[in-house]
Amino acid sequence: MADPLLSVRDLVVEFPTRRGTLRALDRVSFDIMPGEVLGMVGESGAGKSITGAAIIGLIEPPGRIAAGEIRLKGERIDNLRPEALRKIRGKRIGMVFQDPLTSLNPLYTVAQQLIETIRTHIDCSEAEARKRAVALLDRVGIPAAARRIDDYPHHFSGGMRQRVVIALALCAEPELVIADEPTTALDVSVQSQIIEVLKDICAERGAAVMLITHDMGVIAETADRVAVLYAGRVAEIGPVREVITEALHPYTRGLMGSIPTLTQESDRLVQIPGAMPRLNAIPQGCAFNPRCERAFAPCFTERPELLALDGGRRVACWLHDTAKASEVPHG
Amino acid sequence: MAEPLLKIEGLTRRFDVSKPWLNRVIERDEKQFLTANADVSFEIAKGETFALVGESGSGKSTIAKMVVGLLPPSAGTITFAGQTIDTAAGIPRSLRRRFQMIFQDPFASLNPRWRVGEIIAEPIRTFGLMNPTDARKEAARLLEVVGLSANDVTKFPHEFSGGQRQRIAIARALSSKPEFIVCDEPTSALDVSVQAQILNLMRDLQDEFGLTYLLISHDLSVVRHMSTRIGVLYLGRLVEIAQAKKLFTEPQHPYTRMLLDAVPDLALSGRRRRAVEGEIPNPISPPPGCAFHPRCPLVHDRCKREVPLPRPTPIGQAACHALDAVATA
Ligand SMILES: Nc1ncnc2c1ncn2[C@@H]1O[C@H](COP(=O)(O)OP(=O)(O)OP(=O)(O)O)[C@@H](O)[C@H]1O
Ligand SMILES: Nc1ncnc2c1ncn2[C@@H]1O[C@H](COP(=O)(O)OP(=O)(O)OP(=O)(O)O)[C@@H](O)[C@H]1O
Ligand code: SF4
Ligand code: SF4
Ligand SMILES: [Mg+2]
Ligand SMILES: [Mg+2]
Repeated sequence: MADPLLSVRDLVVEFPTRRGTLRALDRVSFDIMPGEVLGMVGESGAGKSITGAAIIGLIEPPGRIAAGEIRLKGERIDNLRPEALRKIRGKRIGMVFQDPLTSLNPLYTVAQQLIETIRTHIDCSEAEARKRAVALLDRVGIPAAARRIDDYPHHFSGGMRQRVVIALALCAEPELVIADEPTTALDVSVQSQIIEVLKDICAERGAAVMLITHDMGVIAETADRVAVLYAGRVAEIGPVREVITEALHPYTRGLMGSIPTLTQESDRLVQIPGAMPRLNAIPQGCAFNPRCERAFAPCFTERPELLALDGGRRVACWLHDTAKASEVPHG
Repeated sequence: MAEPLLKIEGLTRRFDVSKPWLNRVIERDEKQFLTANADVSFEIAKGETFALVGESGSGKSTIAKMVVGLLPPSAGTITFAGQTIDTAAGIPRSLRRRFQMIFQDPFASLNPRWRVGEIIAEPIRTFGLMNPTDARKEAARLLEVVGLSANDVTKFPHEFSGGQRQRIAIARALSSKPEFIVCDEPTSALDVSVQAQILNLMRDLQDEFGLTYLLISHDLSVVRHMSTRIGVLYLGRLVEIAQAKKLFTEPQHPYTRMLLDAVPDLALSGRRRRAVEGEIPNPISPPPGCAFHPRCPLVHDRCKREVPLPRPTPIGQAACHALDAVATA
């Protein structure tokens, strides 16, 4: 098997606060292979954006990486100096932030921002950079790109700004693209276009994508594998089709039931009972135990580790641990 | 239909997108305008959820901003509860507290220097609805309603994840107990389980207090789940209005059909998702006649000359010459 492009091991991210230290990520591990799209899903506050921020070294102090390793093509990047990190960011790792406005400077036109980013990372003339920028905007579906490139961000609609941000993340041809909710503000037709662009980039250049989204529909047709995060921990990882059709973790199953569909007739959507625990009140044992219908004795004392199963699947749940599962009360 | 709560007639909004004056003089360029909305008319009855859908850039947020008085229309009228709003003078204070807006960009709408409690209680203070102690309590209560914790009132927005911030924006919109809420992508940053919680909450409030919503979402499954009627926008014009459930089974306008075919398929049923064909035309110089004609499978001569007018369909109304032909044939 090829070496992973990105490898995250036992990553811990903490935010010290007046009332104690909050652990936003607690021993998160996963790999992304070259050319692969890894989807990352999970409830709001699960730690998806923090995972992305940790990889590109943008955890806001006093927050910090407290333990673990992040490797890009085998090279450690979690302990780099700020200058070295800045070189990686943009050039080797492109980031699409969840909030499209923060990545765009309202005082500069879209052209100025794209051209500057291209020229910081790629040696080319201003005219060449502009040509690339227009081509990229065109590719992400901005109508009349050649003309609208000279507009300011606030002249664009929400979805158009999001596409400009995607173009910014792609313009230096990075090896890894971290896309945090890249298609949330986009309607379905642009969504499919963006998904095609992301997939093409993986295929053409062997680049990999970490796709953070709460939209399982997008994951279903874009990602090769999906990681499900819960309360700062990985609950389940596996090939998309399997995870969607036969989820192993009770949380993943609940997640699938909450999705409104175009055919269902019921008035209310399924809600997973309760809420994800606050970071200062994560229960002992399995973090999901207060909401889990199938919780049994070990769930309240020991944290289940990510267990490797057949078919490249991994799950952190005692039900799938043959030794522990024998203690399950009724099958 | 009862007296509509909101009535919009002939709403049009143009933006001046010309280059700066000096460049124009040097390059001998004409002034250029982008028509974000053209001649949009619809009504929303009390207690109803009216949804606007359409591709990115079709003018949904622009309509929302005009409705809540953030942007003056270039033409057209807005009538709220029987009172026509003088859009030049702005919305009178007495009406303003009766509606609220949840913005597409929740990050930009939360003041980073204010504590969450202050942000949520701001509409209560502005309209003098409660004393400060009660306002604080109400802010804490609303945080729990949207699935956050009462203790969060003392935190700042940057301490929250994207979806948590969106919920703060929702709590803020609810605090002045409005009758009418314009929701621009209210759940786009939320994962499905929190989304279910918020959508269920919006429905409960509607059942309990008869709230009326103008809902903008690109997520058609959310729209189908929430709305009574749906308006489909294309390049700033309403091409179809229909009862929500019917729109999905019997879309009338060729564009609506194309939009529905592009919905991602979670069931993995093997149905090929069809990319919407062709590109959204340049809104600065839209195609003449029916703006959809370069992408339309049913295009005929008349479409290239005449703008189609809305006509009744079995499920609502639609603006398309092909429908005229069927009806008159
Ligand atoms: N600066 C901070 N100080 C304290 N806590 C923080 C800070 N930034 C994030 N957190 C907390 O870390 C947790 C994970 O946040 P993160 O932004 O990664 O969530 P997410 O999974 O991306 O959620 P969403 O889907 O809502 O964007 C949240 O509970 C959040 O409140
Ligand atoms: N202030 C402005 N100046 C110039 N053009 C503008 C301005 N605001 C909006 N537009 C243009 O008007 C059109 C409609 O924008 P609007 O924000 O209403 O779209 P939308 O339907 O909400 O799209 P999205 O789904 O992407 O949010 C777009 O082409 C946009 O670029
Ligand atoms: S470990 Fe126990 S509590 Fe956790 S998900 Fe599995 S069964 Fe439920
Ligand atoms: S008017 Fe003509 S071009 Fe427009 S949607 Fe109808 S058939 Fe198509
Ligand atoms: Mg996030
Ligand atoms: Mg919008």
